[in-house]
Amino acid sequence: MTRRAEVWLVNGALLAAAVLAVFPLAWMISVSVMAPGEASSSPPPLLPSAPTLASYRELFGRGAIARNLLNSTGLAVAATLLSLAFNVTAGYAFAKLRFVGRDAVWKLLIGVMLIPAQVAMIPLFLMLKQVGLVNTYLGVLIPSAGSVFGIFLVRQYALGIPDELLEAARLDGAGELRIFWSIVLPVLRPVLVTLAMFAFLGSWNDFLWPLIMLTDDARQTLPVGLAALAREHSGDSELMMAGAVITVVPALALFLGLQRYYLQGLLAGSVKG
Amino acid sequence: MTAQGRAGWWFASPAVAAIVVCFVVPVLAALALSFTDFDIYGVADRHNVRFIGLGNYARLFDTPLFWTALANTFVFVVVGGPLSIAVSLGAALLVNARVARARGGFRTALFSPVVTTVVAVAVIWRYIFHARYGFLNYALGWFGIDAVDWLGDPHWSMPAMIVFAVWKNFGYNMVILLAGLGAIPAELYEAARLDRATRFQQLRYITIPALGPTLLLVTILTMVGYFQLFAEPYVMTRGGPAQSTTSVLYFMFEEGFQWWNLGFASAVAFVLFAIMLAGTLVQLALARRWSQP
Repeated sequence: MTRRAEVWLVNGALLAAAVLAVFPLAWMISVSVMAPGEASSSPPPLLPSAPTLASYRELFGRGAIARNLLNSTGLAVAATLLSLAFNVTAGYAFAKLRFVGRDAVWKLLIGVMLIPAQVAMIPLFLMLKQVGLVNTYLGVLIPSAGSVFGIFLVRQYALGIPDELLEAARLDGAGELRIFWSIVLPVLRPVLVTLAMFAFLGSWNDFLWPLIMLTDDARQTLPVGLAALAREHSGDSELMMAGAVITVVPALALFLGLQRYYLQGLLAGSVKG
Repeated sequence: MTAQGRAGWWFASPAVAAIVVCFVVPVLAALALSFTDFDIYGVADRHNVRFIGLGNYARLFDTPLFWTALANTFVFVVVGGPLSIAVSLGAALLVNARVARARGGFRTALFSPVVTTVVAVAVIWRYIFHARYGFLNYALGWFGIDAVDWLGDPHWSMPAMIVFAVWKNFGYNMVILLAGLGAIPAELYEAARLDRATRFQQLRYITIPALGPTLLLVTILTMVGYFQLFAEPYVMTRGGPAQSTTSVLYFMFEEGFQWWNLGFASAVAFVLFAIMLAGTLVQLALARRWSQP
């Protein structure tokens, strides 16, 4: 095979694959701005004959989706803050501080990672019901505070902090809290962005747990609201696509903006093998 | 205890406590729950709950729908998993090819489905699979292939689900495999070219063996992920038609949160966990055997 042919073949295949990957998302946006009913024709139209925001107006006119968008945003922001508050200090401690039982606890946590989250859901639901947290935002948030993956992510990064740096600060008489705050935290900044992204997207995209926990329409998140809409109004393609756009675009925009951090986290999480 | 030791405990304990309370305790409780007849009456009043030993597990094995769900899930894992990895590997090899242009752009485009919300993209794909107005049937029509009722025909619903899952997930493994490909020393390929090894031989004898550990990791992650099939059938088919897309988790959700058979549903969760764990251990054992000839 000549080099020229190879260049064409490889890049042609890449282009075809990229089109296949992106086409459903592009089509989603296109259908969402079609006039109601326009998409239900054969052959399926690729572009709207006259772009309109009618479906978005109807979607927000119904009320529930606007509320769901607000809920999803609030919950994702809160989940991110909770994850940062709980997992960063822990990741640093497991990487750099010597304390009794550290290695045993760490082994236990790694073992816990093997258990799928769904196993814990039923008892956790009953526990939260007992304390009256079912159908509350707090109940949805509580499990996102402690995350083995989050601790793991921070720990991997914190292992790279030189011990001499910490020792020097200790000799200067700095307390552990001060060392964490003024030396460690600034060094950890990139992994904080990664952790925040995973926490935000994890909460934003989560489905089963909010589906179980939130029974009021007004409290549901976007994926749960959209799933309900899809199970009720399956015929209304333009409306569905507008709902999908509102759900997908924020996540996609966040990823495109901070791609580097996200992919680093993905790779850090996969080198434990 | 030293100052450092105290600080370590203070720093680690909030997260560890949260994980114990929200995960470790519930997992143990789930095991206990799976030995009880906890149902809607139990939700109302704990005194109605009785210990029934392995009763739920026995009943589970007598429930035809459970076996259907298990078989559907196995098809999804055994067909969808390898297909997904093959597509990921193909995409990674293309992006990593020496002659590839605009690598970063292609990688981003190919990865973008991964960060989307399953529910939202399931809504999109339901429309793509639509028997009359869907794009897939329209595109197949160009090649003279007759329309298929993808989500309405029990023979095609699971293949459709697999196509959707491969599209959604292949980018994840692609990124991991790309990192693995980048770590293979270029000298190996130079030596192979001097020995006049063909492209296929280079792939077979250098790339694949060097990717071994990465492929093992990817295989386990993919298998574990594919066993957790839930949102796709929930949105696209409601487990139908004719229960052809009812997965184990879908079955667990319906038993637990539709009918409130929480003891029974906990048994379902544990059986799923046991199968996933067994699958992981089998793969680790096979990998160990193959790496020691």
